Amino acid sequence: MNAVEIRGLSHRYGAGPTALTVLHDLDLTIPAGEIVLLTGPSGSGKTTLLTLIGALRAVQTGSCRVLGIELSKADERTRVALRRRIGFIFQHHNLLSFLTARENVAMALELDPDLDEAERLTRAEAMLQAVGLADKVDAYPAVLSGGQRQRVAIARALVHEPGLILADEPTAALDSKTGHETMALLQHLAKERGRTVFIVTHDPRIHDIADRIVAMEDGQLVQPATH
Amino acid sequence: MNELAPLARASPVLATAPAAAIQPPPAPGFRLPFRLAWRQLRHEPARLAAALSGVVFATLLIFMQIGFKNALFDSAVLVQNSLQADLFLMHRNTEALWRSASFPRARLAQALALPEVERVTPLYVANVPWRNPETGLNRTLLLFGVDPTARLLGFHGLDDAAWHAITRPDTILFDERGKPEFGPIRSLLAQGSFFGELNRKRVEVVGSFGLGATFSSESNAIASETTFWRIASGRNPAQVDVGAIVLKPGANVATTKRALQALLPDDVMVFTRAELAQFERDYWAKVAPVGFIFGLGVAIGLVVGCVIVYQILFSDISRHLGEYATLKAMGYTNGYLARVVMSAAFILAVLGFIPGFMLSLGLYEIATAQIFIPLHMTIPRASFVFGLILVMCVVSGLIAIRKLRDADPADMFR
Ligand SMILES: Nc1ncnc2c1ncn2[C@@H]1O[C@H](COP(=O)(O)OP(=O)(O)OP(=O)(O)O)[C@@H](O)[C@H]1O
Ligand SMILES: [Mg+2]
Repeated sequence: MNAVEIRGLSHRYGAGPTALTVLHDLDLTIPAGEIVLLTGPSGSGKTTLLTLIGALRAVQTGSCRVLGIELSKADERTRVALRRRIGFIFQHHNLLSFLTARENVAMALELDPDLDEAERLTRAEAMLQAVGLADKVDAYPAVLSGGQRQRVAIARALVHEPGLILADEPTAALDSKTGHETMALLQHLAKERGRTVFIVTHDPRIHDIADRIVAMEDGQLVQPATH
Repeated sequence: MNELAPLARASPVLATAPAAAIQPPPAPGFRLPFRLAWRQLRHEPARLAAALSGVVFATLLIFMQIGFKNALFDSAVLVQNSLQADLFLMHRNTEALWRSASFPRARLAQALALPEVERVTPLYVANVPWRNPETGLNRTLLLFGVDPTARLLGFHGLDDAAWHAITRPDTILFDERGKPEFGPIRSLLAQGSFFGELNRKRVEVVGSFGLGATFSSESNAIASETTFWRIASGRNPAQVDVGAIVLKPGANVATTKRALQALLPDDVMVFTRAELAQFERDYWAKVAPVGFIFGLGVAIGLVVGCVIVYQILFSDISRHLGEYATLKAMGYTNGYLARVVMSAAFILAVLGFIPGFMLSLGLYEIATAQIFIPLHMTIPRASFVFGLILVMCVVSGLIAIRKLRDADPADMFR
């Protein structure tokens, strides 16, 4: 069972003579439960690939199956529905400033009509406990440290039991020690729960959390440097 | 297999759906978006207060404009509403009582031919200058000429003694609620009747009544027909301004009106009393710019409120664009976020209207007690203004919502 199956995926920005092709006929498979890191020079198309997998952009050419859903020719409704089964971790935590840590995490559960408020809060609290923030459930993001905020963001990305977790430079705003701790925590939680994780990163210090490292150059996947 | 967990929970729906399909996002209710909007608003009390002050201002302005407008329009038809008759004749060219075109008195005699008509009374009106007995300055008032025995005018304080007093020639009754520029009528009358100058003719003021300044006149006076003709020299006694018709008891007003219309030539219009009042209201609402000015006041209140609420909602979206985009990435729909914005608009409408309503209530009482402009808070009026405020906030919200399109979840990744 593969979480992601990409065949012949190409993507370009713009149209006409100024069009810029950033992904060239790409193939990639991520089996369920694997943690995959994507590295590569700036501008090589990593983020573009991640937003396509995350159903945040329309697929132009090729096939892109995510969690069993074909995204080529998928309409906005399908993409929105798929996003609900993905956990996103951003470079910046992107927490809602007017909500407490627990309310922020519970936001990932408010789209599920089968859950009631008590269940949402219990699960949010349990998830915050799992990321080591049991004493910060009622804190607003403004009073949390950068590492704590990113851990709240991880809790939010995991709490709704997503089939796939996508992260783009999740350590960029953190110092290297905190960055590694946070990713080790993500690895631990993902492995514990059997989650699939796809991380775009420049940070060589977090290579050790990966099951597999893929490298990208000029819109094509290349053989990664051995590590 | 874990990634199938969310699907498994949705299996009853999925079972009936095609294999490749995915459960469509269920339509969001209003409860959770509303709560999110409220949490966002209350997180910054200072901004909330600023937004609310805009709504309070609009509410207050609209209540005062509508209050004053209605007070003026009520005053404009005080005369019409106090006329003690069932049907009325006016010349086809008449636009309003104070500038009426007169019609031949013979029309009244013709009306008497109908068996339902009990009696007819002509009413004459003229704008004539009154010389303030203290300052000697002239100011125009509205003079009514009417048969004192007809008891046609039902103004406050018009008793038998007053009507009887003006049966003597060259006597008038004076409006004690008119503008003070006409002189201290009440205190002068306290020492008995006094002489004054109306249209440069000497008249004796023998009594008073209470009508007050209206749209069309700053004060008023009543005289008998003969006195009227002498004061308003040049007026032809055979030309009447208003013909008041009293019907026999039990006569049907509507059918008699139709009979009169058929009987009389086209130079006169026939009104019931309610129609007469409405005719006068319509004149002030349409012909005179007064209605327009008050409408403008209401519009300004709405526009200012709209702009303030829009500014707040728009900048709330702009400042939280990243957060909205994050929510979209998490699978929140545009519709859900639109509901958040509309909920915020609704909250602002309700929370701003309540203090605005209370303040208006206070100002209404002050106006009624201190400056004698009776302003009445009624449930229909309060509901109407709340409706306007709600529409104002909804429109602001609908415009602000367009900004949500700028929240692109793909932008959250670089
Ligand atoms: N929205 C866009 N419109 C037009 N061009 C874009 C857009 N987003 C990215 N690009 C271009 O596409 C190419 C790939 O960008 P992408 O963001 O995928 O690179 P990246 O590998 O994530 O780089 P980095 O490591 O710097 O984040 C770049 O040349 C970039 O300028
Ligand atoms: Mg990037």
